[in-house]
Amino acid sequence: MFTSLTDLWAHMAENYIVVVSIILFGVGFTTLLFSRNLLKKVVGLNIMDTGVYLLLVSMGFIDGRHAPIIADGITDAANYINPIPSGLVLTGIVVSVSVTAIMLSLVVRLYEKYHSLNLDVIYELRNKEDHT
Amino acid sequence: MLRDLFASGFIHNFPLFAIILCLLCAVVSFVLQARGARRITYMLLSACMALNGSVLLHNLITGASFTYSMGHFPAPWGNEIAAGLLEPFFALLFGVVMLCSITAGKNRIATDVRLDKQHFYYILVDLAQVAMFALCYTNDIFTGYVFIEICTLASCGLLMIRDAGKPLVAATRYMIFNLIGSGMFLMGITMLYGVTGHLLFPQLQQAVAASWSSGAYHGVMIVSIGLTVSGLAIKSGLFPFHFWMPDTYGTATPASSGILSGVISKGYIFLLIKIIYRVYGHSVFMETGMQNILFLFGIAGMIVGSISAIRAGTITKMTAFSSAAQIGYIFMGIGMGTKEAMVAVFFHICAHAITKPVLFLSGGALIDASGGGRDFTSLRGAAHRNPAAGLAFLCGSLSMIGFPIFTGFISKLYFALSAFAFPHKSMVVLLTLAVSTILNVIYFMYVSVILYTGRPDPERRIGIGRQKAFFAAVFLLILVNVAIGLHSQPLTFLFESGLQLFLQS
Repeated sequence: MFTSLTDLWAHMAENYIVVVSIILFGVGFTTLLFSRNLLKKVVGLNIMDTGVYLLLVSMGFIDGRHAPIIADGITDAANYINPIPSGLVLTGIVVSVSVTAIMLSLVVRLYEKYHSLNLDVIYELRNKEDHT
Repeated sequence: MLRDLFASGFIHNFPLFAIILCLLCAVVSFVLQARGARRITYMLLSACMALNGSVLLHNLITGASFTYSMGHFPAPWGNEIAAGLLEPFFALLFGVVMLCSITAGKNRIATDVRLDKQHFYYILVDLAQVAMFALCYTNDIFTGYVFIEICTLASCGLLMIRDAGKPLVAATRYMIFNLIGSGMFLMGITMLYGVTGHLLFPQLQQAVAASWSSGAYHGVMIVSIGLTVSGLAIKSGLFPFHFWMPDTYGTATPASSGILSGVISKGYIFLLIKIIYRVYGHSVFMETGMQNILFLFGIAGMIVGSISAIRAGTITKMTAFSSAAQIGYIFMGIGMGTKEAMVAVFFHICAHAITKPVLFLSGGALIDASGGGRDFTSLRGAAHRNPAAGLAFLCGSLSMIGFPIFTGFISKLYFALSAFAFPHKSMVVLLTLAVSTILNVIYFMYVSVILYTGRPDPERRIGIGRQKAFFAAVFLLILVNVAIGLHSQPLTFLFESGLQLFLQS
């Protein structure tokens, strides 16, 4: 696939948006999975989603073309980028905002109940509740 | 008249009607009190059962599937709904299970959820229902993702609406695992879109087949399949991602536990099967070797889930860990990949969907009859205090064990039969089935014996008259369970024909 390391670097430099997207996804994913702080988990979730949206929107981009909003009466599709990924990203952002809102409401209620944002502390307090 | 209705194609609108109706009822319920919202949900679920039943009957008579273009925009630009035999069947099944769960669990909903928030509970049920219908019927992978998230939000709401510490912690844990799964699924379909440029299932399948046979983008395709399958497997609770289950199912109100374990997790699995057959194509999926990973995790889940259930100290945790084992059966079948194994998978989805709510709801009633004690010491003799719940728990346990006359027996029988068509793994399948069944017998029969020990105390006895709704709903599910167990042939035909339609599409 790649004949040398230089070839690999050249390929990655050419597709730098994909590389950045995957790094963002990885950072968000690991934060969501491993961080013990609930707020950091919410931040990780948003970074993860942003990575996917960056990848998605970059797929619809065509160099030299404009955003898919008809301007100056030009209706020729060749003038515009692919609008579908942009539409998908918009939908995805709506979903992401809703999920973030629910997660934040959970964090607020947990903080009110246990006075901590650390999951380990919360689990410990919950287990104490079990025993009492 | 019915023939004219079928011939006119008007029934092709019914899946969309069901989806719109659910959304409409969710909006209307906002301005209603708890009782009004509950009645709206009952009517909605009944209406949707009629709509899905009509679609199923139509497709059984015509013997074909149909595609409905939303807004009449043609493919590949428009959004589509597709219905063969499996889609309306599972939409119908999920509707029945949801209706029975909220009917049987309505008293506990009234005590577990604050009165001013009870109408929200039924709104969330409506939203979970719409998500299930959309997951069953969608022909567009991004729509699938959107409704996966709606389903996640609705199910998290069903958990956190019980205003206490433990359900909140459980809801958080559930959300984290579900969001990890959703993120992986989204990344997987984004990569797939990048390679194919399509979102609709038929176009995706053509593009995937062309790309795979040309040898282009093999690596991206394998990563995409891996992410999509792993995302849905995590969301449905496949081992080793099943540790959220005991907290989630154990702390929610019993109706929510029944809906989450019986319906929501099955919705994700059904979407996964659709994606395997109708997006990647069965042959491409098998060539990636992904089925072997699912098979291994399925086998491990069957054993680990059952051992965890034996070690669980409470009836709710035991039932929850048992779900992890049953999910393992389903993924083992998907991993086997043969037509016979897939029929067994569909039977097991049915068996689990109609049995697990019975176990959670009757378990909840037995806990109530024991003064709120969930541990086995408190539950001693609980079946004497609430005989209807005790009998329901016993029937559910027998079905999960795989006792003849119940649906659980049919699915296990089909798994065992399909193992013989699978020479190099048949011994592993048969051995795991045997070990898992023995483990099931150990924990379910242990609990059943505990429930029936001790002497009846007529003063503490809760008669059927005090729980008519519970009795009717739970025993309807048991009746369906026995009906399928005794007459499995029509469903075998339906599953085989439905799978054939998947393959043809």
